Amino acid sequence: MNLRRDVFQAIADPTRRAILLLVASQAMAAGAIAANFDTARPTVSKHLQILTECELLQQEQNGREIYYHINAKKMKEVADFIEPFRIMWDDRFNALEAIMKNYKTK
Amino acid sequence: MERKTKVNAEEGKQDLWITREFDLPLDLLFKAYAEPELLAQWMGTNVLKFEAKKHGCYQFETKDANGNVVFRGNGAIHEFSPNKKISRTFEMENAPFGVQLEVCEFEKLTDDTSRLTIHSIYESGALRDANLKMPFAYGINMAHNRLQEIVNNLK
Repeated sequence: MNLRRDVFQAIADPTRRAILLLVASQAMAAGAIAANFDTARPTVSKHLQILTECELLQQEQNGREIYYHINAKKMKEVADFIEPFRIMWDDRFNALEAIMKNYKTK
Repeated sequence: MERKTKVNAEEGKQDLWITREFDLPLDLLFKAYAEPELLAQWMGTNVLKFEAKKHGCYQFETKDANGNVVFRGNGAIHEFSPNKKISRTFEMENAPFGVQLEVCEFEKLTDDTSRLTIHSIYESGALRDANLKMPFAYGINMAHNRLQEIVNNLK
């Protein structure tokens, strides 16, 4: 597993998010993906490389072309990225509730 | 596990919503947000300053066991309507998240239950996401320790 790339850094970029949306509906070759963007082909290749390194995209050899498809498992992890934040607030509010229940009975 | 606290942060937006229903009457919920001693207890931080009024300001500070400051945040209060609403800004000092606008609404559900809705607006979507992704492990441990202390005090 390549941990060099941070998955959140990967989705912070609007072009990379657009690529993910594009590939979410169907697996696509690099050329077809690049055709959807005004940016230069090497730039799109770089984005694809980053998305692949952080496992949001998976490569599949199809004849002479490499197809990119979305890694649903990894995408789910990203969707859950607010979970630690939620837990932090849940803990705080549990504390609030405990304190105020105690306060009430004083 | 029951999910009492909900966080909604829509993709590509610069705000987020936190909602929580409490097993507390509205006035007690609001009091936890209005009195510095109580705020300090459940937030697990020291309250250096807290002026519960329009144009009032507040400052929180947390130190570790060795006395080093690990967190400091401050803001200004724009609206302070008891049992109803607190609008305030919040800024974590020495952190790259910018300033946030927090609108906290307090609602009565029944005589013994209430709901808090916090709408937090960031300067940009990128800053919101950066704040969400901050390593919270530390904060979570701190809250757990806090909770443990409180429970011990109840015994």
